[in-house]
Amino acid sequence: MPESDLSPLHAVLEELASQGRAALLPALHAAQDLYGHIPEPVAFEIGRVLRVPLAEVHGVIDFYALFSREPAAKTVIQVCNDPVCAMAGSEEFLKTLRRQNVTVHQAPCLGLCEHAPAIIVREAQRGHVKPGKITETIGEAPRSLLGGDIALLTRNCGTGRATALLEYEAAGGYLALRKVLTLPPDQVIAEIKASGLVGRGGAAFPTGLKWEGAAKATGERKFVVCNGDEAEPGTFKDRVIMEEDPHGVLEGLIIAAYAIGANKGYLFIRGEYHRAFKTMAVAVAEARAGGHLGASVLGSDFAFDVEVRRGAGAYVCGEETALFEAIEGKRGFPRVKPPFPTTHGLFGMPTVINNVETLRNVPLILTLGTARYRSLGTEKSPGPKLFCVSGDVARPGLYEVPFGVTIRHLLEDLAGGIRKGHRLQAILFGGAAGAFATEKDLDVRLSFEDLRAAGLPLGSGVVMVFDESRDLRDILLRLARFFAHESCGKCYPCQIGTQRQMEILERIAAGGALLSDAACLSDVGWTMTDASLCGLGQTAASAVISALKLWPRLFEGR
Amino acid sequence: MDTPVQLTIDDQAVSAAPGTTIHKAARAAGIVIPTICYHDYCTANALCRICVVEVEGSRTLVPACVAFVAEGMRVRTQTERVRRARKNILEMLASTVDLSEAPEILALMKEYGADAQRFPGALKRDPPLVDDNPMYIRDYAKCILCWRCVQVCASDAQYTYAINFEKRGFHTQISTFFQRPMPLTTCVFCGQCVGVCPTGALKSRRAWLLEQGMLE
Ligand SMILES: Cc1cc2nc3c(=O)[nH]c(=O)nc-3n(C[C@H](O)[C@H](O)[C@H](O)COP(=O)(O)O)c2cc1C
Ligand code: SF4
Ligand code: SF4
Ligand code: FES
Repeated sequence: MPESDLSPLHAVLEELASQGRAALLPALHAAQDLYGHIPEPVAFEIGRVLRVPLAEVHGVIDFYALFSREPAAKTVIQVCNDPVCAMAGSEEFLKTLRRQNVTVHQAPCLGLCEHAPAIIVREAQRGHVKPGKITETIGEAPRSLLGGDIALLTRNCGTGRATALLEYEAAGGYLALRKVLTLPPDQVIAEIKASGLVGRGGAAFPTGLKWEGAAKATGERKFVVCNGDEAEPGTFKDRVIMEEDPHGVLEGLIIAAYAIGANKGYLFIRGEYHRAFKTMAVAVAEARAGGHLGASVLGSDFAFDVEVRRGAGAYVCGEETALFEAIEGKRGFPRVKPPFPTTHGLFGMPTVINNVETLRNVPLILTLGTARYRSLGTEKSPGPKLFCVSGDVARPGLYEVPFGVTIRHLLEDLAGGIRKGHRLQAILFGGAAGAFATEKDLDVRLSFEDLRAAGLPLGSGVVMVFDESRDLRDILLRLARFFAHESCGKCYPCQIGTQRQMEILERIAAGGALLSDAACLSDVGWTMTDASLCGLGQTAASAVISALKLWPRLFEGR
Repeated sequence: MDTPVQLTIDDQAVSAAPGTTIHKAARAAGIVIPTICYHDYCTANALCRICVVEVEGSRTLVPACVAFVAEGMRVRTQTERVRRARKNILEMLASTVDLSEAPEILALMKEYGADAQRFPGALKRDPPLVDDNPMYIRDYAKCILCWRCVQVCASDAQYTYAINFEKRGFHTQISTFFQRPMPLTTCVFCGQCVGVCPTGALKSRRAWLLEQGMLE
């Protein structure tokens, strides 16, 4: 599209205009798709029609990695360059790309770790790519790799395609919602509280308490939001659920809305997850046509509808308040808390925001009943849990187990152990924001309480495995690059600390550590941990600090 | 009036109205908590984190400029953890921007024993000075991203919205729409941004010319 032709843009803006600023990200996505970038006259029109000050339009374009003010080549390809893909050969792949006429973005973890090395070409996810000519059919189309002791959360997954509404209902889907619509909302909340469900997005907050807080809060409107912004390196569980069992997530969201009295919901999906976005959008359309959404949900007097939104390339927008800012059409700066979302959330209104996996648990709890649900897992960590196993194991993939099995069981019995001819060096637990485990931790049970006692964060369920041949300094550098790239820049400890941490690790990885480097790294790390505004900065040094404790010699300088 | 809450700050009993920040409650009790980004007439966004204090029971340190007092709260403003964070933030700031015209920050560096050379080989933010209008210059090599100029230009005062951010993270800069020269923006040259800038990054053009010896 020549950028002088603004008519297709006007057609889009006409539809979005009534939403005002809240439509800024959708408008910028449309412009980026139409013109391949967002030139000045286009940005000007968007600001004028949506009534957003021009300087702020500029600020929003610049915040999100998927928007660009500069033109790019026709073929844009995103190559994951985080630890697991790097170990599987993404660097070699990148080298061959430089000789072809494509625009290459080195992307943060694309959430395809079980298919490493992974890329996205023109919206298509491709795994196990090898150096060669770039087409949409390079490598393989990733198919979900599932395993585990149970298949409750993943009961409709593993087919390689989305479960349609009719299939979902034939397998007992939406029965939980039908039941819920006959109960008073506080009884639904009581059930969720009794189940002991805690959030699976990383912060492990009790879901029932969160719902109760929002139900009791006063506000002229209330919202529910599904956090599908999954971008923690090593995490791919939410992608698999959204791609293959969209109604399982949607049903959970509708139940949450009924419980707190919300009439509008948002599904916010990571910008790089094209397939999950399309799948969820289709599911919402199916649900609307089937009467599961709309002015009268399944014939009841409860009205609820959902809007599906795309993120635009910012890991920090997984942080709940930054995600609200993104929906509101702003830069994804996390807000100061308190106040918390249950009283002051999206558009300042009481809001429940839950992770995809959390919401998938909801219909399960209501169909199984609390007692059967709690018979899985441990007393303090009831229920099933998804783990994203990647790296140097025989069978990387998504594993569903009851809480309480050991790390050894997950790695050896389920994932087939360390790849042939190698031995375990380290496991990064919980994601880039996690900590390292070693051989001595293998018999720790996978539950919130056991992991906490062992000093390991459960995080988003990441289990990234490294054998003895891997250079941990290189792994740490990649994690540090990720955080430096993703820091929003709002607060000083993280804005500057992620940059300094990366610079020091660059020196260490290159074998040129200074005598002062270990102490500087530790100080920067603790300052970010103690003084940063949001969870990103507070955990940006977590893996580094754990490595400093476990392997001080890695950091020795001259 | 609401009944005041009772708390302790550095073991001193303090009483303050609910809704008072720890920073203000301490100030009223004669305890100085340092600040950098905070400004009495701007919305506080808790950016610099130099005001962090230890609050009993809190996992992380707490920014005193935005955190409210609470009944029975126990606050410590000079613990080792607090001092390490403050010193380190100052050192990181000094490794990033030109603080030569920020006397308050320089005084804090002295007070906390911060070493400006702590990070050898550190990347600085050093963009060229912008001299694009008759009223003021913008020298972002001195900008500490306190957001005050952006805020007074927007809803904290003037509602002109001429400036906002470019890029993100460490590389964030203050910018106009597509870097247009200031006269081609909504700027009305009210000068409020220059007035609140704490580091000399924004300066009246006349003062700047005088410094350069280009004006008598
Ligand atoms: C930097 C950062 C990134 C996050 N990313 C995600 C994410 O991708 N998905 C998610 O569900 N939660 C993420 N969270 C946690 C959310 O802030 C929030 O706690 C969560 O969505 C709440 O849902 P839950 O209670 O169901 O876990 C992130 C937090 C931080 C600090
Ligand atoms: S910790 Fe990092 S990501 Fe979070 S607000 Fe501060 S700068 Fe932004
Ligand atoms: S230019 Fe001055 S007022 Fe504006 S953000 Fe930078 S330091 Fe603060
Ligand atoms: S003064 Fe409190 S964060 Fe800057």
